[in-house]
Amino acid sequence: MSKEKFDYFIKGEKGKYEVVIGLEVHAQVLSKSKLFSGSSTKFGADPNNQVSLIDSAFPGMLPVINEECVKQAVRTGLGLNAKINNYSVFDRKNYFYADLPQGYQISQYKNPIVGEGKVLLDMPYGSKEIGIERLHLEQDAGKSIHDMDPSNTYVDLNRSGIALMEIVSKPDLRSPDEVNAYIKKLRSIMRYLGTCDGNMQEGSLRADVNVSVRKEGDKNFGTRCEIKNVNSIKFMQMAIEYEAARQVELIENGKVIDQETRLFDTKKNETRSMRSKEDAHDYRYFPDPDLLPLKLEQKLIDDLKKTLPELPDKKKERFIKEYGLNAYEANVLVSEKEISDYYEEVAKLSDKKLAATWMMGDLFAMLNDKGLDISKSPISAKHFAELVQSIKSGEISGRIAKEVFEIMLETGENPKKIIESKGLKQQSDPKELEKMINEILTKNKAKVDQYKSGKEKLFGFFVGQVMKSSGGKANPQLTNEILKKLLKG
Amino acid sequence: MSLDKEKIKHVAKLARISVDDAKVESLTKDLNSIFKFIEQLNELNTDKVEPLTSILNQSLRSRKDEISDGKIREKVLKNSPKENEEFFVVPKVVE
Repeated sequence: MSKEKFDYFIKGEKGKYEVVIGLEVHAQVLSKSKLFSGSSTKFGADPNNQVSLIDSAFPGMLPVINEECVKQAVRTGLGLNAKINNYSVFDRKNYFYADLPQGYQISQYKNPIVGEGKVLLDMPYGSKEIGIERLHLEQDAGKSIHDMDPSNTYVDLNRSGIALMEIVSKPDLRSPDEVNAYIKKLRSIMRYLGTCDGNMQEGSLRADVNVSVRKEGDKNFGTRCEIKNVNSIKFMQMAIEYEAARQVELIENGKVIDQETRLFDTKKNETRSMRSKEDAHDYRYFPDPDLLPLKLEQKLIDDLKKTLPELPDKKKERFIKEYGLNAYEANVLVSEKEISDYYEEVAKLSDKKLAATWMMGDLFAMLNDKGLDISKSPISAKHFAELVQSIKSGEISGRIAKEVFEIMLETGENPKKIIESKGLKQQSDPKELEKMINEILTKNKAKVDQYKSGKEKLFGFFVGQVMKSSGGKANPQLTNEILKKLLKG
Repeated sequence: MSLDKEKIKHVAKLARISVDDAKVESLTKDLNSIFKFIEQLNELNTDKVEPLTSILNQSLRSRKDEISDGKIREKVLKNSPKENEEFFVVPKVVE
């Protein structure tokens, strides 16, 4: 792939502006029960049915931490190549809102469980490292529903108290594309680790987006605005584009950007100030007196490190080395653990390179079409490998393979059986092919003469005729060879 | 550090405590004298001392990841300001 040059700038009247973006990603920890209570975390339960007296902040209730959530945070930290802190502290972040019954969120402020790390992105202009500032554990809030009643807000506390990992990036991102790549990479790493399901529709992954702009070449950052709680990559990208353009316009008109919290309105496709949050930044953090500091034994961290699965970056390297894939193919095939597992199963039984091509082509197109995950693929890895092998061995052509693929989809039968029962085997006998081609050439004498007098484009016509009369089964490579030979003579 | 009336009002607002002007006056006086007392601690040099968050030299007690609570909606909703079988119902809060 040719290396493109990074080129995302906002063009103003007075020059080009660079967009500087930092993300605070809130990732829901995969665990059975909540961070400080034994209520279930399952999505989609009846409202307020997964709420304990702790989650609803009844007086006198004491939080007890879920050890699995701690381990999940450590695993994620390790996956982000980050420093794990043996000592961390839970603080109270105080603010007032209807879906926060405690009046504070238990979070980590000065001493987070995970420190600095990094994530690698593959961009068309090369590899780019994004710094991770920190990762800390905190409680999720409940859900406010505003549209069930004209004068009241309904609150569901099922989400209240579920463990979140807040992953804060350094302001290293420079375009909506990089944000897209970053979120996808984080998601992929956490799904490999099994620490977050990454399901954005269900709100398991959301982000606050910090945006500022500066003249190209400037060393200092501009004033940033924070866009709260954006829950899809598409919306993040739209919000950034809108917000960057808004800031550039303010600067060019000699106005000042207020550092503030903004909201992205998905209907109007614009960001607007959240006046109600003016006081919200006065969080008055202090250590939660109900919770002692969290001390982690180095052995626990080392043990968790030993049990980490192979992560996408490592797997990509291995796929390139072991299977001879190019960087692009390897990237696509390691993006999801399930995809990489499927590929490896296929590659073990068939041609590695061809398997990649066919997976990324027809199989992905079909899954995409049907809206299916690869784990629900109607075609098993074993059958798919057989199909790839039939192409590789020359038993069937690529065109016929597409036909077989369709039949496999419909019937679920194995490709060998389909090829045999439908008589789809490729015609690869040179003698028979030559005989057939000779007949075609004789029938089309006029065209042969034209070809010989220089109209070489007609070659395609002859190939077409051969395919037509063989019902698409003529071995294309052989056909080409024989045609060339006969047309020369 | 000294507190002025604006600061007192701000803190009261954050804490959702209603204080009238007369109260602000007396609170400012009281709190400032309390702060003055506390500020004696600044005479000590604490540059190399980590803030003490607990006097117990123990780590946090943890629990296993098991579902052991919940499904007590009736109990939980008992204190909802308005009657509803499924939700807490509060005056409208909209961004």
